[in-house]
Amino acid sequence: MRVLRPGSLGEALRMRAAEDVVPMAGGTDLLVHWPVRPETRERTYLDLWSLEELTRLRWTDGWLELGALVTYWDVIRDGRAERELPILAEAARQVGAIQIQARGTWGGNIANASPAADGVPVLMACDGRVVLTSVRGERELPLERFYHGYKEMDLAPDELVTAIRIPRRSRPVQRFLKVGARRAQAIAKVGLALARSEEGWRCVAASVAPTVRRCPSIEARLEDGWRPGTPDDILPAIRSDVAPIDDLRSSAAYREGTMARVLFHAWPDGGASA
Amino acid sequence: MSPEAGARLQVDFTLNGSPIRIDVDPADRLLDTLRYGLGLTGTKEGCGEGECGACTVHLDGVPVMSCLVPAWQAGGRRVRTIESIPPDRVRPLLGTGATQCGACTPGVVMTAIWIAENPAVLASHTIRELMAGNLCRCTGYDGICEGVEAMLATAGAS
Amino acid sequence: MERIEGLAKLTGAERYVDDLAVDGCLWGMTVRSPTPRGRIRAVRLGGGVDWSEVVVVDHRDIPGENTVLLIERDQPVLAADRIRHLHEPVVLVAHRSRELARRAAREISIEVDPEPPVLDFTEAPGAERIQHGDDNVFKRIEIVKGDVETALAAAARVVEGTYRTGSQEHVYIEPQGMLAWVEDGTAVVKGSLQCPYYVHKAMVHALGRGAEQVRVIQAPTGGGFGGKEEYPSMIALHAALLALKAGRPVKIVYDRGEDMVATTKRHPAWIRHRTAVDGEGRLVAQDIEVVMDGGAYVTLSPVVLSRGVIHAAGPYACDHVRIRGRAVLTNSPPHGAFRGFGAPQTIFANERHMDRVAAAIGMDPIEFRRRNLIGDGQSTATGQVIRDGTDRVAVLDRAVLVSRWEERSGEHRAFNATHPYLRRGLGVSCFHHGAGFTGGGEVALASRLDVAGLPDGRVEIRSANIEMGQGTLTVFTQIAAGRLGLKPADVVIAEADTARVPNSGPTVASRTAMVVGRLVELACDDLRRRLGLTDDDRGERVREALVRWHDSHAGEPVGRAEYERPPGIEWDDHTYHGDAYAAFAWSVQVAEVEVDLRTCGARVTDFVAVQEVGRVLNPTLARGQIQGGVVQGIGWALMEDCRWEDGAMANGQLTNYVIPTSEDVPPIQVVFLENPFPHGAQGAKGIGELPIDGPAPAVANAVARATGADPLEIPVTPERLAALLETTSRTADPRVA
Repeated sequence: MRVLRPGSLGEALRMRAAEDVVPMAGGTDLLVHWPVRPETRERTYLDLWSLEELTRLRWTDGWLELGALVTYWDVIRDGRAERELPILAEAARQVGAIQIQARGTWGGNIANASPAADGVPVLMACDGRVVLTSVRGERELPLERFYHGYKEMDLAPDELVTAIRIPRRSRPVQRFLKVGARRAQAIAKVGLALARSEEGWRCVAASVAPTVRRCPSIEARLEDGWRPGTPDDILPAIRSDVAPIDDLRSSAAYREGTMARVLFHAWPDGGASA
Repeated sequence: MSPEAGARLQVDFTLNGSPIRIDVDPADRLLDTLRYGLGLTGTKEGCGEGECGACTVHLDGVPVMSCLVPAWQAGGRRVRTIESIPPDRVRPLLGTGATQCGACTPGVVMTAIWIAENPAVLASHTIRELMAGNLCRCTGYDGICEGVEAMLATAGAS
Repeated sequence: MERIEGLAKLTGAERYVDDLAVDGCLWGMTVRSPTPRGRIRAVRLGGGVDWSEVVVVDHRDIPGENTVLLIERDQPVLAADRIRHLHEPVVLVAHRSRELARRAAREISIEVDPEPPVLDFTEAPGAERIQHGDDNVFKRIEIVKGDVETALAAAARVVEGTYRTGSQEHVYIEPQGMLAWVEDGTAVVKGSLQCPYYVHKAMVHALGRGAEQVRVIQAPTGGGFGGKEEYPSMIALHAALLALKAGRPVKIVYDRGEDMVATTKRHPAWIRHRTAVDGEGRLVAQDIEVVMDGGAYVTLSPVVLSRGVIHAAGPYACDHVRIRGRAVLTNSPPHGAFRGFGAPQTIFANERHMDRVAAAIGMDPIEFRRRNLIGDGQSTATGQVIRDGTDRVAVLDRAVLVSRWEERSGEHRAFNATHPYLRRGLGVSCFHHGAGFTGGGEVALASRLDVAGLPDGRVEIRSANIEMGQGTLTVFTQIAAGRLGLKPADVVIAEADTARVPNSGPTVASRTAMVVGRLVELACDDLRRRLGLTDDDRGERVREALVRWHDSHAGEPVGRAEYERPPGIEWDDHTYHGDAYAAFAWSVQVAEVEVDLRTCGARVTDFVAVQEVGRVLNPTLARGQIQGGVVQGIGWALMEDCRWEDGAMANGQLTNYVIPTSEDVPPIQVVFLENPFPHGAQGAKGIGELPIDGPAPAVANAVARATGADPLEIPVTPERLAALLETTSRTADPRVA
């Protein structure tokens, strides 16, 4: 194992460009594998944790900008985020426990590309844009276009996730609904982020597809003012949007049914039977 | 036999209030460095996967799982372990039955101390929520949660 | 009195086996079988490792018989030719560097010609799968009282049910660990363990050494729950074999993943009930069949089955009872001791069944239990006449009162009628647990314990019973101090070291405080006699007598005690008839759950545990035992789900096998009713296992009342409950879907 410890973002980008490295922020996803996966010993890690440039949480007129190293705990403690974007704090509070929230970063959650991520769904539901930086410059793209497949990202080998920008708008609906095996310290079996702004409805699902993804069919039904009579009425839309699987943590049938029931009870005006 | 032999890193940090310099293997977790490098065995390894919280220490004043911190990331930072905690500070936990087998206990104490020293977190979080990162298989958690309350009461009284 | 070693634990000063720094110590690792069953074709050492630096041990290095001696001699220390389960130990390696030892272990491949395994314990195996006797049955037990068949045939109402319980991993927070070294020709091990003399016996047998050439020392043990009852013998042998070959100390500490997949777990069980009731709601006949999955070797399965079947009919009076049990082989790592020891499985079935019987005859579940609770002068399934004077109906009534059963039930009905997706309900369980070894077990153990007088006037308790969190050190100190009128500081407890302490038996079976604690009292009395004192001499007179004795004698005065069966106890191990236990503790638990019909997840929102356990020796410790046992039981009821692949646990990580956190459980309300037991220390009965017997049925009964679903299998995971609700209430409530 080798470690590169850059003193600045510029140096980090040069190191990233020069060789095949594994960037590490708070390490909460990567170190889980160290004791059990011997191949982790053959890697070169790029330590981002000390890069002050990436630790800022900044409010501008139009945006909330989270440096890639902003932690979940940073957002939980930010009073303005609690008022304006409670969905972020809601998700952050459901990541692991305080010990993980203190080290886990929003940027790391994006770059780890887990389909069961807790941070990514709410960022995506708020039309978050991911900032990618390399020695070649900076580019920005909507988070919803960042993932292509399981652990596949639109990320060049020399790029780092350096920030997330969330447009500030009125969002009268903001909900994050996580279904795990227990209340704390759980990996999502189903994660759902719902938000509505003047741009329309957003429904983002986790743990039911190879990536966290938006659910266009469900969003269209929300947009149309359609109301389900029973949870089953939502199943066709769910089946066109996501493809859950059986794994050690749950089953495809459970994930699909639960997503339908959670959505049904979160539906505006409580669904048709309310 | 070891390709990484010689590739050790020098790390400087503040440990329980005192500066320290130590060479670590890049693959050493902060937990390994504390336990095997520095002989501070109060911090326990319960799972090595960031689930149980037995290895909880404070990093820059916040509880973290030391099994998920590479030792080199402690560089330039403040690390506080169970060895810094005086017996009087934890006595309230004794009376409520917060410890049984003791394996989770150092981690529990480090989270409990953090709550007691930052009672403002209780405005937004319950004790049960804040202790959820420390698995205990003996007590059922009542002794622990009541112990944290007792610590808060002691801190308030003094 | 506060926990004696409490401050050492709270400050991190307590030294567990992984905390012991030993000069020149090697790290040992275990290479395990890759298949559940077969014959070993070859063991190959791979490249990339300098094998001259690595100590390698296989079955040929075992000086004695290659078996882990317990009840039978079928389990090898290291597999020689046959593989019986996945992750079975085959080869050991040791190296100075833990990382290089790990790498060496990875570089060894075990090649196996596979044979067909038994992976389902409820199916009869075909001839090609027989591996034990002629039917793979490790043990059969039948308990018969009255005439069940005739009673069932004549009954007005017969209710049947089939129940299943899943396995459970102990998840002691300190993983298994053992340190071994050779000292003056003696093989010494020190580690995390519950039963020093089990390990000692196994080492004498497999190492082919005299009893004096083996020494076992218990290190502070970070939780056991039965998981460190028999398996530490295996690890001790492995560490000792490596140390003997290396000529240096060797430490083996399992990582969590290895611990979860390779060591023992609770026996999965299948239980069928046929119950006859009369028009007044009285039990007429109970016909019960119990099958337990023993795993690949006999280990403790016969005695786990025994405790399971003895508790299977519950704390009820019934004239016609038949309980037939068997423990069978599968090609899984052996299932083993786990708090409750077979009883939680059968009690789950019985208490779930009682609710279903009550429902079938339209009777309130509390009233049904009240009518059938065993009274003094009535007998259990084994014919044991209960006459301990405990008011068992009072235990039930107290639980009803504290849980506000009636009032809450009304609140729940109103809440459930209006809430769109939350459903609340209460569930009850009513049960007993026998303390100490079953039947003649305590007589066979013939436990011995010493209390020695020290020159400075203090006394030292020498016992093989260990502290693993449950409070042995504190309770023994209290008992001796109370008996001799000494201050707690004047009582010392010797390290559990087979070179220094007599065999007071294993630290299991809820026996330590009641049975061994009584030996502490008797040894204190004997010490007093040897000092020429009477039982009325206490405190300073004892101290002074000790100092005087030492002034005029060489050596030390030692009070000795040996187990004596309480009078009037009779047990027949062939007919399974008689007094199964010297004492039973009695308990009623009430769980309140809230089920979220969106996720089908159930959460326990309130819990009341009322128990009669004889005299409570230390209220803080006793309360903690009950609360911890209840929460462990709630985990088993709702979330702890072992997923099996090739007969072994596939979800062997704490991420995927989840246990309750502080946020998943409510405060556990604990109420003790005390009816002193004359043959237990200070009137105590056993307490350690009792609390884990009741939560699973109480919680499942509550889920049933909340939702109308009928869970017959635990854990009641959201996935299982979703499937049940899909079939049971789809038409009843469109919102549930």
